[in-house]
Amino acid sequence: MALTTYIEAIKQGIWEEMTSDERVFILGEDVGVYGGAFKVTAGMLEEFGEGRVIDTPISESAIVGAAIGAAMMGMRPIAEMQFADFISCAFDQITNFAAKCRYRWGAGIPIVVRGPSGGGVHGGPFHSQNPEMYFVHTPGLKVVCPSTAYDAKGLIKAAIRDPDPVIYFEHKFLYRRIKEELPTEDYTVPIGKAAIRRSGSDISVITYGAMVFLALDAAKELEKEGIDLEVMDLRSLLPYDKEAVLESVKKTNKVILLHEDTRTGGFAGELAATIADEAFEYLDGPVRRITAPDTPVPYSPPLEEFFLPKVSDIVRVARDLNAF
Amino acid sequence: MPDTKVIMPQMGESIFEGTLTRWLKNKGDQIERDEPLFEISTDKVDSEIPAPASGVLKEVLVEEGQTVEINTVVALIGEAGDSTQAPQDQTEEPTTKDSTPAPDAPPEVVRAPAATTAAASVRDASVRSSPLVRRIAREHGIDIATLSDKGTGVGGRITKRDILSYIEQGAPKKAAPTQATPAAPALTFKGPHERQKMTGMRKSIAEHMVTSRRTSAHVATLFEVDCSALMKARAKLKPEFERSGVKLTVTPFFIQAAVRAIQMFPIVNSSLDGDTIVYKRDINVGIAVALDWGLIVPVVKNADEKNLLGLARSLNDLGERARTKKLKPEEVQDGTFTITNPGNFGGLFGIPIINQPQVAILGLGGIQKRAVVIDDAIAIRPMVYLSLSFDHRTIDGAVADQFMAEIKRTLENWEA
Repeated sequence: MALTTYIEAIKQGIWEEMTSDERVFILGEDVGVYGGAFKVTAGMLEEFGEGRVIDTPISESAIVGAAIGAAMMGMRPIAEMQFADFISCAFDQITNFAAKCRYRWGAGIPIVVRGPSGGGVHGGPFHSQNPEMYFVHTPGLKVVCPSTAYDAKGLIKAAIRDPDPVIYFEHKFLYRRIKEELPTEDYTVPIGKAAIRRSGSDISVITYGAMVFLALDAAKELEKEGIDLEVMDLRSLLPYDKEAVLESVKKTNKVILLHEDTRTGGFAGELAATIADEAFEYLDGPVRRITAPDTPVPYSPPLEEFFLPKVSDIVRVARDLNAF
Repeated sequence: MPDTKVIMPQMGESIFEGTLTRWLKNKGDQIERDEPLFEISTDKVDSEIPAPASGVLKEVLVEEGQTVEINTVVALIGEAGDSTQAPQDQTEEPTTKDSTPAPDAPPEVVRAPAATTAAASVRDASVRSSPLVRRIAREHGIDIATLSDKGTGVGGRITKRDILSYIEQGAPKKAAPTQATPAAPALTFKGPHERQKMTGMRKSIAEHMVTSRRTSAHVATLFEVDCSALMKARAKLKPEFERSGVKLTVTPFFIQAAVRAIQMFPIVNSSLDGDTIVYKRDINVGIAVALDWGLIVPVVKNADEKNLLGLARSLNDLGERARTKKLKPEEVQDGTFTITNPGNFGGLFGIPIINQPQVAILGLGGIQKRAVVIDDAIAIRPMVYLSLSFDHRTIDGAVADQFMAEIKRTLENWEA
């Protein structure tokens, strides 16, 4: 059977949900005639018609606002941000309106706001960001960051079916690099559940998104030295799978928290605090973070390479921690 | 001026260690002699310990929650102003600290902070580990100090692997120096149950009881006493005592009766030291007080010098402070004879265990009205069973019975 890429998996998920549920529609910049900047929606206009695949003006605030209105009228909109970086233009609609409707009026807002995030493609400061933490800090939202094709499809379907707003960050570096065989039958991936990508006994590397693959590469390298990494893919950040995190910490007793997002206020800090709070007596060493530094994503390729966490960073930190 | 060493005081004959529960002063604080300095909890009492000298609290050597042997130096009090100078004084610290090593610590531990690693890190001479290692050690009853030379982590840190392999190789359990019985294999129980660690007090009681059983040749004798006279006396004195703010129970009567009997039979107020009998001149009567968290025996000192009012006042005071954990260490020490009250909750009588190193203990049953035969007539009288457990090594049955008969005579002929 053919291998499905990460981007194709997202497309399949949307396609299937639009086929099975006529309330589902997509709107965004160039999603119709052009088929989307990365071609996630290619062919959808022809299949579903311009009533369900809507090209919009360049206004993220309007896109999300329209999606919220449609959701209140019973629809299940998917709002595409051409780049996740521009989701900040829709920040008020998402955080002050979509996130709060259920709490203020008992009205769930079943929208999905999705867009390509992440660096490594020489996109520069406006096309490489990881804006997840703005939203992880907003109660009322759900935030997911799939790393595999299977999860990309399962989570987009779960997001569409969810009764509340879900922010779906797809990592553009993974779009065509990651592929796998997918089940033919309908499935979803539950929001809020982590996955162990590699079971190990010495150190837990807890991560998400594109960093999962770096962690797996590092694990392969460290295996030769007898250091056995466990790699956990969080998949969802809000809510996140705290039980799985604590369980892994209690098993290996040493933790590396890894993300591509910048350091201060990043998800690693939240995890570190929770581990210190709830698993202190299971720690056999300090909780270590590997993240991007606190700067915008540089455009210069050597600088971007320096900026992004690397396999060698994980190997180095893991060696230190193993010896601790 | 040399620093004054503050030590963990001995809080009772059988006490060998105490837990420092709270510092009431911080390092660097100015303190006055006799000002409360720290709080301790021992097997017997919880107490505030006053500062032995005025000055500045220069060093705090024992952390809150740490249990140390008696006479361990817990702090140093220096002169005002010299807390900042220090280095040569500080080097003194490990020696004082190490002079009373944990009973199971191997001698190598003592050398740890020696010459090379300067005075600056002296306070960090404790073994480096991790939260996980400390938890594993606690759960397995291992003293981490015994692993001090086994750490393979950075800077000799004891890692999870180190302690797990230590356990695998059959780590010796933390020695319980006072354990009266050899460690039994862990018991397993079917069905739902809960396991709870004994408190210090509970352990101490357990140890004490087993030791006593093993030490003395326990024999008991039982007497029945008519309490009509003493009840009458009590009813008469009660309002008068109350005016002095003293609650009068029946216990002072029994103490006084026992004291008189002891004066006639001093062997009951003795101890056996090897093959020597030690007769004590003071008559210090311990009174067992049941607490929600165990049992404590405050001592009425020189009970022979007190009248009924004095005894009642002492009892009120000691009982109250036992229940509020405010007894001073010396108030639970130096008992020569003990009275316990198995009748408190309606028991007819009980056969108590002797409070070592004493040789006899009197048990008071509950006073109950019973039909008794007096001069061939049936009368209703408040009656009590008194039991005496005594050490047959020193006291023969005849002496014990005469002693009890004397108590009975005193009580039944109490002049109101």
